[in-house]
Amino acid sequence: MTFFAADDISIHFGGIRAVDSVTFDVRQGEVFSIIGPNGAGKTTIFNLISRIYRPSSGRLILEDHDITEVPAYRIASLGIARTFQNIELFANATLLQNLLIGRHAHSHTGIVEQLLFLPRARHEELGHREKVEDVIAFLSLERYRDTLIANLPYGVRKVVELGRALCIEPKLLLLDEPSSGLNVEETEGMGFWIEDIKKDLGITVIMVEHDMNLVRQVSDRVMALNYGKVIALGTPEEVQSHPEVVRAYIGGEVAA
Amino acid sequence: MEDAARLLQLVVNGAAAGCIYGLIALGFVLIYKATEMVNFAQGDIMMLGGFFAFALIAHWGLPYWIGALLAIAITAAFGYALDAVLIRRVIGQPQFTVVMLTLGLGFIFRAAAGITWGYDSVGFNTPFTNRTVNLAGLVIGQDSVSIIVGTVLLCLVLYLFFSRTRLGVAMQASSQNQLAAYYMGIPVRRVFSLIWAISAGVAALAGILLSPVSMIDVNMGFLGIKAFAAAVIGGFGSIPGALVGGVVVGIVEQLAGYYLPAGFQEVSANTVLLATLILRPQGLFAEGMGKRV
Amino acid sequence: MRYLFRTDYRQDLRLWRHRGDLAWYGLLLLALLAIPYVLGEFYVGELGAVFIFAIAGVGLMLLVGYTGLISLGHAAFLGIGAYTNAILLSHGVPFVLTLPAAGLFTAVFGAAIGLPTLRMSGLYLAIATLAFGSIVGTVLQKWDSVTGGFDGFPVPTPSIFGVPIDTATRVYYVSLVVLLFVLWLSANLLRTPLGRAMVAIRDSEISAQSMGINLARYKTFAFAISAFMTGLAGALFAHYVRFLAPDSFDILLSVQFVTIVFVGGLGSLHGAIFGALFVRLLPQAIAIVRDDLPFGIGRLPGLEPSLFGLVLVLVILFFPGGIYGLWLRLKHWFQAYPFKRRTSFRRQKSYARSERLR
Repeated sequence: MTFFAADDISIHFGGIRAVDSVTFDVRQGEVFSIIGPNGAGKTTIFNLISRIYRPSSGRLILEDHDITEVPAYRIASLGIARTFQNIELFANATLLQNLLIGRHAHSHTGIVEQLLFLPRARHEELGHREKVEDVIAFLSLERYRDTLIANLPYGVRKVVELGRALCIEPKLLLLDEPSSGLNVEETEGMGFWIEDIKKDLGITVIMVEHDMNLVRQVSDRVMALNYGKVIALGTPEEVQSHPEVVRAYIGGEVAA
Repeated sequence: MEDAARLLQLVVNGAAAGCIYGLIALGFVLIYKATEMVNFAQGDIMMLGGFFAFALIAHWGLPYWIGALLAIAITAAFGYALDAVLIRRVIGQPQFTVVMLTLGLGFIFRAAAGITWGYDSVGFNTPFTNRTVNLAGLVIGQDSVSIIVGTVLLCLVLYLFFSRTRLGVAMQASSQNQLAAYYMGIPVRRVFSLIWAISAGVAALAGILLSPVSMIDVNMGFLGIKAFAAAVIGGFGSIPGALVGGVVVGIVEQLAGYYLPAGFQEVSANTVLLATLILRPQGLFAEGMGKRV
Repeated sequence: MRYLFRTDYRQDLRLWRHRGDLAWYGLLLLALLAIPYVLGEFYVGELGAVFIFAIAGVGLMLLVGYTGLISLGHAAFLGIGAYTNAILLSHGVPFVLTLPAAGLFTAVFGAAIGLPTLRMSGLYLAIATLAFGSIVGTVLQKWDSVTGGFDGFPVPTPSIFGVPIDTATRVYYVSLVVLLFVLWLSANLLRTPLGRAMVAIRDSEISAQSMGINLARYKTFAFAISAFMTGLAGALFAHYVRFLAPDSFDILLSVQFVTIVFVGGLGSLHGAIFGALFVRLLPQAIAIVRDDLPFGIGRLPGLEPSLFGLVLVLVILFFPGGIYGLWLRLKHWFQAYPFKRRTSFRRQKSYARSERLR
């Protein structure tokens, strides 16, 4: 069974084919990277998978279930989590509250139970808190627990964004440019976390990235996009030396 | 024949009222297009414009045309000052902050007007008061005609201004991309204040045109609520839309008042507004936008 | 300055941060219970009105401050609650039933306006709620057969288990109980996924959806709970005024409610209470000092609404945290003395997103 597959997926905005007949599959437990120049359609693919956009054609399949028509708010309960390129955290809430919101998909108490804070709601709250603390420990965010996101430095916010996605307890994690805006040290740290996520937590990761070192360090397979089309798919080494890929980035023949 | 004539009469009256709504809505849309802020005090600025005209014409005895133009100029200057001193400070804050701010300002304007000129309705003599014109067998008040003609002329002027003059083009640029406009050397903040000035001037014109039809009083500004309906129906980013929307609201009101049972006229404007918001929120002349994440 | 030493997750779930908080709130409660024995009937009645407006304020705060949705038509909900309560009472239904019924019936209207406005934000939502409020106001005026129209509707005296609620003091106590109930509901909301979902919607709709939050459901819920609380306030309001006039539920009242939320301090339950105090006590304060003001300012007509507007403008420009924000600054100053820095509360320059691209 393929863990996740995009089958001939396309989306047009007016005359622009942002994603054009893209097909790929992701195996369970692997780290799959998507690279390509800016505007190639990488984040658009994420928006399609997390159902913020509706594809013009094609299908998305998760563990043999067709999720193409699933509404956006249901993907979390299906086990798909994502981070955003420009950090979409809840700025006026504390780190802890942000992570707790990440647990929303695992909440099973009703409106009345919550309004009256019946014992079952209390019990569930304590459960959520414990899970969130696990993530905080994993990412070493203890000292920022009660700080408002608006007061946190950028590098920490990136990590919180990752943490919030982890709180969903996903099967599939979509990371949108996890290293953008981070310095060399922070990027290395991010790389180690991605490896830990893969090895210790067993989560499958699809990553959009520009930093080739990071891609090489963590990826099992890479897919290169240009103008919405797939131009290469394979191991990091295969894709990086692929002539089409080189042409897309540098724009000319490679000097032999 | 009788019915057709009555219908036509209603339509003309509705169009005249609609032009006033449209003028106020025009002011909203101008400011919104440029700065994404909504001026909930637009109707009250119209009221102030009307009172300025009253003070100049009835109180100080200036001739109508001079008094009217001067009142428009004063109100425009007032609009400029308003933006430069107060509104500029809240650029970047969420939209309902500006909503609340201008609501508060509306209160202050009404109170100031009440203190200065009292709470009774006032009026002044215009060349159009109590004169009528015979058109295709209908008797139409010259004041209604003046409203319609005045509005059309204004739109023409504004259209030429925005598309042909340097300042007008600068305004368009500033409203579409502030940063780029800055880079081009356009003094964006001053341009915005000028837009507020134009907006205020348009409101004053509306007040002056309205005064022969219904007198000037402190609560005149509540027409602004109907103007919202106009702006929404026309599509909030569209200047011709504001006028079309206004005329639609005006005509619907007149027709509702005549053909529907008593009491429905008052809710007609709001009902059309709600219906538009729910069914076709972008209005008649839409401008579409999306977000990239 | 107290340092909170936490050893158990349950501590974070509690509604008070430490024993000191509990003590202060307890004292406040005792003071409020004792007030009718100290102050005259008139002041007790006015304080009761403060509670009523605070209940509505909490309702609106949940919508505006916590979910980020604006409503300029909340007077409509107050009116619906008031008339529902009064009409049911006049048909002999006991007060213990009419009160929750008024709340629930109003909640239905809240959901009814919440559903079609799901995709609207900011400006359009403000206009839609404005139109809604206006329509409801007109219906209350014109539907004479039910509401009595312009003649008004006399409100029957309610009784709880045989005790008639016919004095200002009794209305005061009932209002206090309802206020405490509403505050408790809100506090519960905020420590459960329900309330957090509302905050998520306020701060980022797109990532809220990615977290599994069904926008439609929670926005509708926010309107419904807000309307429920305002409906309860409306029912009590009917007993405060004793005679319902349909034109009291107009846009000016809606603006008063929004003022409560803004001036009190957006985003906090304390803010709703401070805001209600301000909105109800300002007219009283003006009435008291009116004759003593210099230059005959006190005798000018329209002083009240203009001061209203002035305070609103000043708060938005210079004190965006509202009264509660000032209160926090004051407490911080005392606690941090002599280490208070001028930059302690400097606002982060917010490059706020364009509303068009939410």
